[in-house]
This record gives sequence, C-alpha cells and structure tokens, in this order.
Amino acid sequence: MSGAVAGVDPERWEVVIGLEVHAELATRTKLFSSATAEFGGEPNTHIDPLTLGLPGSLPVLNAHAVELAVRVGLALHCTVQRSVFARKNYFYPDQPKNYQISQYDLPINADGWLELPSGQRVGIERAHLEEDTGKSTHVGGGGRIHDARYSLVDLNRAGVPLLEIVGRPDLRTPEEARAYVSELRAVLVAVGASDGKMEEGSLRVDCNVSVRPRGTEELGTRCEIKNINSLRSLGRAIVAEAARQVDLIEAGERVVQETRHWNEDDGRTHTLRSKEEADDYRYFPDPDLVEVDPDPAWVEQIRASLPVLPAERRHRLAERTGASGETVALVVERGLDDLCLAAIDAGADPARTLTHAEHNLSDERSRDLDPAAFAALVRMEVDGQLTATQAKTVLAELVDSGGDPAAIAAERGFEAMDTSELEGLVDDLIAAHPAEWQRFCEGDGKITGFFVGQVMQATRGQADGKAVTALLAARRG
Amino acid sequence: MSVERALSGSPLPSAVETAAAVRAGHRSAVEVLGERLERITADEDRVHAFNLVTAERARAAAESVDARVAAGEDPGPLAGVPVAVKDNLCTQGVATTCSSRILAGWEPPYDATVVDRLQRAGAVVVGKTNLDEFAMGSSTEHSATGPTRNPHDLSRVPGGSSGGSAAAVAAGFAPIALGSDTGGSIRQPAALCGVVGVKPTYGLVSRLGLVAFGSSLDQVGPFAATVADAAVVCEVVGGHDPGDSTSLPGAFPSVVEHLDDGVDGLRVGLVTEMLGDGIAGDVAARVRAAAEALAAAGATVEEVSVPAVAYGLSAYYLVAPAEASSNLARYDGVRYGVRVDAPTAGEMMEASRTAGFGDEVKRRIMLGTYALSAGYYDAFYGKALRVRTLIRADFDAAYERFDVLVSPTSPTTAFAFGDKTADPLQMYLNDVCTIPTNLAGHPAASVPFGVGDDGLPVGVQVMAPALGEVAMFRTAAVLEASAGAS
Amino acid sequence: MDDAAAGSRIDAEQVAKVAALARLRLDDGELERFTHQLADILDHAADIEALDLEGVEPMAHPVRIVNVLRADEPGAPLDRDEVLSQAPAAEDGQFRVPPVLGEAP
Ligand SMILES: [Mg+2]
Ligand SMILES: [Zn+2]
Repeated sequence: MSGAVAGVDPERWEVVIGLEVHAELATRTKLFSSATAEFGGEPNTHIDPLTLGLPGSLPVLNAHAVELAVRVGLALHCTVQRSVFARKNYFYPDQPKNYQISQYDLPINADGWLELPSGQRVGIERAHLEEDTGKSTHVGGGGRIHDARYSLVDLNRAGVPLLEIVGRPDLRTPEEARAYVSELRAVLVAVGASDGKMEEGSLRVDCNVSVRPRGTEELGTRCEIKNINSLRSLGRAIVAEAARQVDLIEAGERVVQETRHWNEDDGRTHTLRSKEEADDYRYFPDPDLVEVDPDPAWVEQIRASLPVLPAERRHRLAERTGASGETVALVVERGLDDLCLAAIDAGADPARTLTHAEHNLSDERSRDLDPAAFAALVRMEVDGQLTATQAKTVLAELVDSGGDPAAIAAERGFEAMDTSELEGLVDDLIAAHPAEWQRFCEGDGKITGFFVGQVMQATRGQADGKAVTALLAARRG
Repeated sequence: MSVERALSGSPLPSAVETAAAVRAGHRSAVEVLGERLERITADEDRVHAFNLVTAERARAAAESVDARVAAGEDPGPLAGVPVAVKDNLCTQGVATTCSSRILAGWEPPYDATVVDRLQRAGAVVVGKTNLDEFAMGSSTEHSATGPTRNPHDLSRVPGGSSGGSAAAVAAGFAPIALGSDTGGSIRQPAALCGVVGVKPTYGLVSRLGLVAFGSSLDQVGPFAATVADAAVVCEVVGGHDPGDSTSLPGAFPSVVEHLDDGVDGLRVGLVTEMLGDGIAGDVAARVRAAAEALAAAGATVEEVSVPAVAYGLSAYYLVAPAEASSNLARYDGVRYGVRVDAPTAGEMMEASRTAGFGDEVKRRIMLGTYALSAGYYDAFYGKALRVRTLIRADFDAAYERFDVLVSPTSPTTAFAFGDKTADPLQMYLNDVCTIPTNLAGHPAASVPFGVGDDGLPVGVQVMAPALGEVAMFRTAAVLEASAGAS
Repeated sequence: MDDAAAGSRIDAEQVAKVAALARLRLDDGELERFTHQLADILDHAADIEALDLEGVEPMAHPVRIVNVLRADEPGAPLDRDEVLSQAPAAEDGQFRVPPVLGEAP
C-alpha cells in the first residue's frame, strides 16, 4: 500500500520525511582557500592559514565551487539568484573559526524540484554553498563520544566546499526517501558536481521525520536524524524513528524536537545533544566576503552546457519504447539508454532491446557496445534465427570482445531449430510423462517449466522457450 | 608654539628624507637604524610604545638594504626607513599578540600584505607596537602588556587603540608606523600624540594579515611625522590585494604628486554636529582656526550639517562588537595561543577565553553576541546597519557641495590614565568624531594643528568621500604648513 | 533614560546567557558589573530605536563590489610540524583536546 512504513499502522498514521543532503563539491581546492580539497591524506596536511582559522587569514571564494553549485541548481530547476555568505556561529573543536561560512537568507539556488523515477516531484527549498568542518576522533572509551578520554582534531576536511540541498517534506516512505537520494546522486554525478561517494562522506544525508494522524494536514513535531551512512541505513532509520514517534504519541507522550543519531548496531535512533543550551547561531552577513550575483548570461551558458539529466532521459526512452517506468529507470540508471536508442534507430525492436538492457547488460562495459551490432543481434532474434537463450550468449560475447553477431552465432553453431523437429520432441515428452501432462491440462501452470526444461536439456539450450510454451498450449487445445 | 617634549632628543629626518639619502648612498640603512635604536634605548622604558623591539632582525634587514644599494640596485621608496608595526599585524616568525594574553607566544607563519609591501619597498621593521587588546579601546590602557605613555606628557594616555604606533612616531622611535583604524584607532591617537594619522577609504589597503576586529570597518593606515611621509606609506602599502575579497581594484590614488597642489578653490565643509556639545572649547577653537587657515589658502569654507552622524556612536557600538564577537570566537585554546585545561573541550574553551581576554574585550564580545542573538537582531544589529545607510546618505549629500569635511579628531586633548576606564561609555565617546567615516567606509586623516589650553596637541580631522584621498591629502598638507603659523 | 529603562534593556540573566553563548565565565561580581555597563551602553544606543528606518536598506558593508572569485588552483600547504608546534597540545599529527561532549550541530 502506498504511504506505508513498516511497523506503523498505515490506516492511522502518515509519516512525513524531508531530507537535507550535504554534497561535497568536486573542486580541487577548498571553498575559500587554496588548500587541496582532496579526500584523505595524512591528518592536518591539507591546511593553510584559513583552514586553521589563523588570526589575519581571509576567505576568497572558489570560482569553480560557484559554477558547480549553479550547475546543480539549474539541474534541480532552482532559481539561481544573488546570494550572500553569512556566518553561522557555534563553538566546536573541529570548526576552526568557531563559525561556519554558509548561506542563510539568500542562498544561491532557491525553489526547485527533483523528479523521481516514479514521476513524483519532490520540492527543493534551497541548495546553498557552505564549508565543511574538520574531523574529531574520540580516543579511549572504545572510541565512543561519551566516555572518550580525549579527542584529536584533523582539519583536512575543514573548508571543503559543500552544497547543502534542502528538500521539502514531500516524502512519505523509506522507499521514496531512498529513491530521492539515489536520484539526487545521479543528478550530482551527471552534472559533474560530486563523485557521489556516500562511503567517503561525499554525500551525507540528514533526515527529518515526523508523523501525523492520516488525513490531517498539520505537520507533527519533527526530529532530525544524523549519521546516516548508506541508503540502507536511511530506510532503517526512518522505520525506527517513525515507530518510536508513533509509540510515544500512542502512549500519550509528546515528541520533542531534537537532533538524533542513528545507531547501526542496535537499529535505533538516539538523542545525543545536551539540550541545556538552546542553539542560537547568530547568523549575520560575513563582512570578509562580498555578494555573489551571477550574471544571467553566464547562468544561461551553464544551462546550455548541462548534460541531458536522468529524468529527461527516462522520458525520452519511455516515449520511444513504451516500456514500463521501472524498466526505463533501470536502463537509465545503468546508463544504457543512449545505446538502446541508437540500436532502435538502427532498426532493433524496442521491447526486445530493453529486455536485453534490463536482464543481460548489467556489466559496466555494456555501455561501450556497438549499437549497430546490438541492433543486428536483436533483429536476428526477432526473425527467429536465434532463440532468447542463444541471443543472450551472443550478446555476452559482444560485450566481451565485440564482433559481428551473425559470425558469433555461426561460430557457436547456433541455428534456429526446425519447427517440426521441436513438435516431435514435445510430443515424445508428453507421451513419456502422462502424469505431468495431466496436471498441465488441469491448469497447473507450474508444470510448464518442467516441460520447457526437458526440451532445453534435450536441445542443449537451442530451443526457444517461448515456442515450446506455445506448442504445449496448442497440444492441450 | 610647540610644547616642551617630555623626552629628550631633537627631531630626526623624515622618511622621505631618509629614503632619499639611503637610495643615493649618502647614508647607510644601518646607520639610520642605529640612530632610532638609540632613541628607543633611551626612552622606551618610560613610553612603552613596543610589545617587542626586533633589533636583530632590523639590523639584518638594514644590512640587506645597504647591500642592495652597494650593488647598484634601488631598494625602493622607503629604502632603509625604520617602521614600527602595530602588534595586530602579522609578522612572519615574530610574535604577534594583539596585546592579549590569549595570543601570547604565537608566531604567524606569514606577513600581513602591508608588512610585506613595506619590506619590499625597503622599509626596516623595528618592532611591534602596543595597542588596546585586539584594538578595542581609545587609550591603550586595555593592554595585557601595560599602557603606553604619551610622549608629550607621560602622565597622559597616547589615545588608542594604536597608541603604541602613535607614541613610537611622536617619540622618534621610528619616522613612520602602521596602525589600524576601526572607529578612530589611527586618527585619535595621532591627534593625542601630535602626529599625522591616516585612515584610507575602506578597501584601498589590504586587511590580509590584519587580525580582525570589526571586519567591515577595519582599515590599515600610516602614522608619520609629516603628511608627505604618510602619503608615501599609503601608496606603498595600498592598492589591490587578491587575497582580500573586500580589496578594491586598482592602485592607491596618486597622492604624493598632489601634495603641493594647495587648496585654492577647494570647497571645505565644517561639520556642525562635531563642533557643539561634548567638544572641548579649546579643541573647537583650534578647528575653527584651521578652517580660517584653509580659507586664507584659497578654499571656500562653510558650515554644513550631517545630521545622521549623531547616531554614529550607537550604530558603531552595535556593529563593531557584533563582528568582533564572531571574529574573536577562534581564540579557543585548540590550535594556537593560550590554553587553560579543563575536563571537557567546551569547558577548556571557556576557561581559556575567560583567562585569556581582558575586560574590555569580554564586554564587547558580550555586547556583540547580544546584538546578534535571536530576538535582538532586528532591534540592534539590524537597526544599526540601517543607520549606516543613513550616515552614508547624509555624507553623500554633504559631498555634493563639499570636497572635504573638517572637524576635531578627538573631543579633547590627551587625558590622564584611569580617567575613563571605569566608565566604558565615557571612553567610547572619544570616538564620536571619527566613527562616522568608518561606518561610511570613507577616508579621513588627522593632522596636528597646534595645542590646547593644556599645551597638548590638538588634531584636526579631514574627511573625504570614498576614494577622495587626493583632496584629503591636499587639505592635510596645507594644514600642516599653516599649523606652525597660526 | 531613567534606571527603569536601563534595567529593561538587559538583565543579569540575559548577560549570563550571552556569556555562555560566547564561552566566557563570569563570577557574581563580574556579572553584576558587566550587566550594569552593558545596560548603560545599550541605553545610549536607544537613540536609534526612536529612528524611523522604514524602507532604509541595511548596509552590512561599505564595499559595493560583487563576485570576487579565485581560480580553483592549489597553493602550497603550511608545514604541519610547524603548525602543531604552536598548538597547546598535539598528538599523531593532530590537535589534541579534552574529550568533546556532544556532537556538532
Ligand atoms: Mg542543515
Ligand atoms: Zn549544512
């Protein structure tokens, strides 16, 4: 059922999810200084005066980071606008200036949307530039933050450019949330803004979850879940948090707005922040920086340079093939849509082409397949010169080493079986297995596989499974 | 006319004279330095202009200047000129403390752009000068290293926050010095110490390597014994720096070539709001005398009202502390500076800051934190930013009719130690005439113009619109020339 | 500006809150003294409260230039050992601090 979250009664509760994704932009240097933004490295080697927050250091904005931010903004259908950097003030040891330079009331990208493969459009509130923090390692007490003996601070990552993409609370299920992150990642990678590596922290997801009685409009009190490191954790965290909130409310208690931490080990969210001190970030315009006011002509130039984005590729493929949304999404996700379209242009049957792309072309190298050879293969198959199984084998060889499908088929001795030969085989089988035939005639669909399997064994896979099924049906009458 | 110097010693050559002599090979940089170090040895104990005298490094720098001259090279327009540098400007490998306990022992890994440019022009840094901690103050009494004394009267303050730089020039420790001016921190001590002080247009001089106080107000500028020396320093240290995002494009306006242009035909406005309440009578009288001198030199002089400057002090004491509260957050005992240990990181930061900062800094950090905090932003910080717009608009209106504006620099001559430390507001009122130009981002200079009833120096402030440095320096040069005569 | 008005502008509780936000600790005497001084200063600033600033744009900065950008080219890093030699405590190439309680916001 749509809108269902495991463990939460869908008749009574609706779960509302909004995601904030921090994407590290693929620049060479940091957002405001020339220290390298490369991942990893010995601790505290990617440092310069600004990264260390040294007295007298000043920020100068990285032009490439702005360009990448605009690329993402345009890809998300945002308005690219005049923007101002602000300081978000809070003390933390891995935040060298004890303020983060971010964008507050005037983000560079505002008001867009992201279309998921299902066709659902998720609102994007804003996508703004900001700097990353460093990393604290907690030593002693088993590395747990609470009982650490001391902490070590590495500032390599401090100042690396981030794009914070704030989605609207338009998501309702873990599946939708995962689809949103996958789609966003695909867009970020497509426009060259990010490598999209969640495991290296290039993509970090904070998840806002609230619940409300089904049928009501007002949003419930939300909690923000941090420390989500994979799509799998995202789904699990949502399920756990939604259930926790419903349990609270059903027990007559209230949900408290807070930041919670996903713990992969016990599969629960935990409160971590001490609430004794309310956050008061005292945002104000950073006086060390000037406004960014992108020239409209430059923005249009960037728009023109964007690749065709996944949603549009899905639409294009669906239009040409009439295939189902899921198939189209999968083919585009694998990056096989251009290949398929070229093969279809070269005369391949659209449905057969997509079936191969969906089932037989999961290898990364498939994208390099020669569309003409692919089209020729599909034509042979449709013309009955190859069975589906034979076609799959030839295709695998085409991916491996290229060549001409007809030559490969001939080399392997693949010839379509003669119809009368196949009829004889099927009749022999029916005679040899009367009990099975009886069941087949009584409508036991499962037994079809038995007959097809027997034929395949006898022909060493050369028979066309579909033809066998058709013959069996014809014999039953 | 001039008061009896509290210190011994006759005036030494100006920076311009010194550089000319060194470039021509008539004097060696080492000899020039020796003359100044002698002064320092004789009087620094009583003045305390410096947090650190870098005699060894200075000698090496002077020797290298002499070597270049000997090799037939030109070391630059400040060849062999000793310079004192305010201790909130970064100097590579030389302690930079901002006169704060919290930075004790910190050695920057780089030179501020202005220091680098001075050295490339042949100048020889002789030391780091005292200041009110993090440049917050108007008397140099708020220094962790103790107060600087006014060379004209050792019982009086030199002004602040760049009191050490002003005193260094007044005492003859160096012909020129660098300071920083956020609300008057160059001009007010220049006035109180009887030297020339210039705050250029915001953005004309790089802030890279200047330890930030109020980033949208801070400007680096020179102290000098003469207007011409100040002009040369501006041209050397000014001009675009790609390392400072708020740096204006282009070079510093060519002021040196216009120093002798005079003020004939120049329109001079005398700011009404800066001659009334709160301005000492003897100071106001000197400013009126200055106006007469300018008129005598051919300028047209009229009074003009710039009403919004009356709100300058209020706006400044919200904007500057707000920016400071954030700028000074980095002093936390984690990466550099002083740490006071405690059981948790948060407590360590708090203990370090509590022990490391003096009262005035704490006061301003708290004031700024309050002005920015949720619920007060609109009433305080937000409102102050709008007042800035009003002030600039009123100045713009005045500059449609006038080329420069003239006022007192400081409401009084140098005051006694302890006079105003108990009441912060009284101290803040010292900056009432200097603050408006910082809020507007305009240039202004203070030029000595005789003495008050107590025999202590009075400074006249010459203000100009953004990038109006040429008119400002022309006026300053005429005031300097007529100061002795009137 | 009477004392009642001064009292309403900032009180000891607010000063304590602000001090905590700024990571400063005040003893009782300091709290009282600073509260008084800050109230005086804010009192003086009250003159701008009376101003009608409707429609006046805020001026956060005197510089009216925009789009100051830098090429995405790496520069030389600072030497780690030199940097860490200035730190109050270091270990394994990192800055060492007492245990951090709580996560960053
Ligand atoms: Mg966020
Ligand atoms: Zn963020």
